[in-house]
Amino acid sequence: MMPTSVARGALHIEEVVKIYDPHGARIPAVDRCSFNVAAGEICMIVGPSGCGKTTLLNAIAGFLPIDGGTIRLDGEILCGAGRPQAKVGPDRIVVFQNGSLFPWKSNLENVAFGPIMQKAMSPEQALDTARRMMAEAGLGGLEHLYPGETSSGVRRRVEIVRALINDPTVLLLDEPYRALDALTKSVMHEALLEMYYRKKTTIFFITHDLEEAIFLGHRVIVMTSRPCRPKLILDVDIPYPRDYGVLTSPRFRELMGAAAAAVQEEAAKAFELGEKEGVAA
Amino acid sequence: MTTYVLTAPQGPKVGPHLGRPRRHILGLATRRALVAYAVVLLLWQFGATSQSWLGTRLPVIGNVPSPVSVAVAWVGLVGDPGYWQSWYLSFSRVLLGFAAAVLVGVPFGLTMALNPLFRGIAFPVFELLRPIPPLAWVPAAVIFWPTQELSIDFVIFLGAFYTLVINVMQGARAIDGRLIQVARSMGGSRWNVFRRLILPGALPSICLGMEVGIGITWEVVVAAEMISGGGSGGTAASGGGLGFFIWSSYVGGSYAQIVVGMISIGIAGYLSSAALRRLEVLLTPWRRAY
Repeated sequence: MMPTSVARGALHIEEVVKIYDPHGARIPAVDRCSFNVAAGEICMIVGPSGCGKTTLLNAIAGFLPIDGGTIRLDGEILCGAGRPQAKVGPDRIVVFQNGSLFPWKSNLENVAFGPIMQKAMSPEQALDTARRMMAEAGLGGLEHLYPGETSSGVRRRVEIVRALINDPTVLLLDEPYRALDALTKSVMHEALLEMYYRKKTTIFFITHDLEEAIFLGHRVIVMTSRPCRPKLILDVDIPYPRDYGVLTSPRFRELMGAAAAAVQEEAAKAFELGEKEGVAA
Repeated sequence: MTTYVLTAPQGPKVGPHLGRPRRHILGLATRRALVAYAVVLLLWQFGATSQSWLGTRLPVIGNVPSPVSVAVAWVGLVGDPGYWQSWYLSFSRVLLGFAAAVLVGVPFGLTMALNPLFRGIAFPVFELLRPIPPLAWVPAAVIFWPTQELSIDFVIFLGAFYTLVINVMQGARAIDGRLIQVARSMGGSRWNVFRRLILPGALPSICLGMEVGIGITWEVVVAAEMISGGGSGGTAASGGGLGFFIWSSYVGGSYAQIVVGMISIGIAGYLSSAALRRLEVLLTPWRRAY
């Protein structure tokens, strides 16, 4: 189910190594990890807690240096030999787990923040664009509320619109819907796909939720427990546009089964690892 | 033919036990505060006059001038311009010392929060000076500063400064690092990160520091004004400030006036804190949402 006709947003992750070194322990979080994300793909990353998925995301975003390997975006080296840490930039915007809207700015000001900062638009233009994009995302009427005055579902949507207004090449989502209840989550999923259909921005999406992973993604990559490496790459051959009906389809169940087995195995390994470290500490 | 009688919708029925909803001129919080003041005054009055109704003086409270005698003393002072001059003097000293503490303390605290080198140099010195009570600075202040007035302002400044700096520093350092990462990836320059993230992010702590700080300035005003020795005049109410007013009332033996001075400082402190809380609401409108 590879997307076609999208020109940008291809990620090449080659032999990436990241070692954490608290008190000389040298724990490899990511070890010779290689995989590609196609331009315009929704790539779902699943793996046990603490396996190093977020480390990988932080390396792509430029929040962390890597210790080996190369990460390329559309052929250009983001980080690699000679440049361990990628430069942060509006081409790669992260949406975090617990949300990171600026509490002191209204929803509208939050959305307009990026273009104003980059001087890509005049403040008036940015606010107009933000208003239009919020309306398109079904957030009309909530422009002048502070994030704290709205529900967590609205906040997550505002945050994704705030990312998209920068016209990023890759959207990096780190368990953005983790804290939401199942019902809100399903609304979020449909809203996200809705936005995806419009722009076809590459999405690098970390989650623990297998159902979410298979429902949203072109592919699901199940990671091994630390160090992080792809264990299973699952092609989700269910055509878009998808709606919640596919959840009960036999193919969906089959994919769930395959992914669940792989995740289960790694989760057990991660748990054992954790137990051992617990004893050692 | 059947006729349907449609009755007009009635207002919500109120049970007989609920009666007519009472209207209050004062809000709930104000009424509670008034009740609390009344209870305290009553207990104080009974305690202070225990000699007459109990036959024996209760310990501690039995030696305190009664609220009635304090009120009488206060009424006597209301027409005294010296008393009001004390208000004016103390208020202007507190505001000056406090404003200086804000002007110096906020940038100082922010710089310590943001610049590790500066923090490494300044923080140990700051921490060494911080435990020294403002009262202990009085003799040194008298020696260091050219005028009496400046010495007083300096001691008051110290009262607010340390608390303010600690709050500003913690507030700026507690800002969620992910907000800064997001702002940086969206192209925010260092200056914009400071102005649009760190400053508003630290604002609640700055306000809290100011609120606590101005309270402390009123706490040290007595110690500070002992320097003044009574300003120009020298008698109890002739303008040494409220702090000095208390001290000289004690020296002059008018105990009811001591209490008048104490309550005056209490009121002044309350008013200052209330004004700052109002300012906080104006400066941080987003926090009403939480």
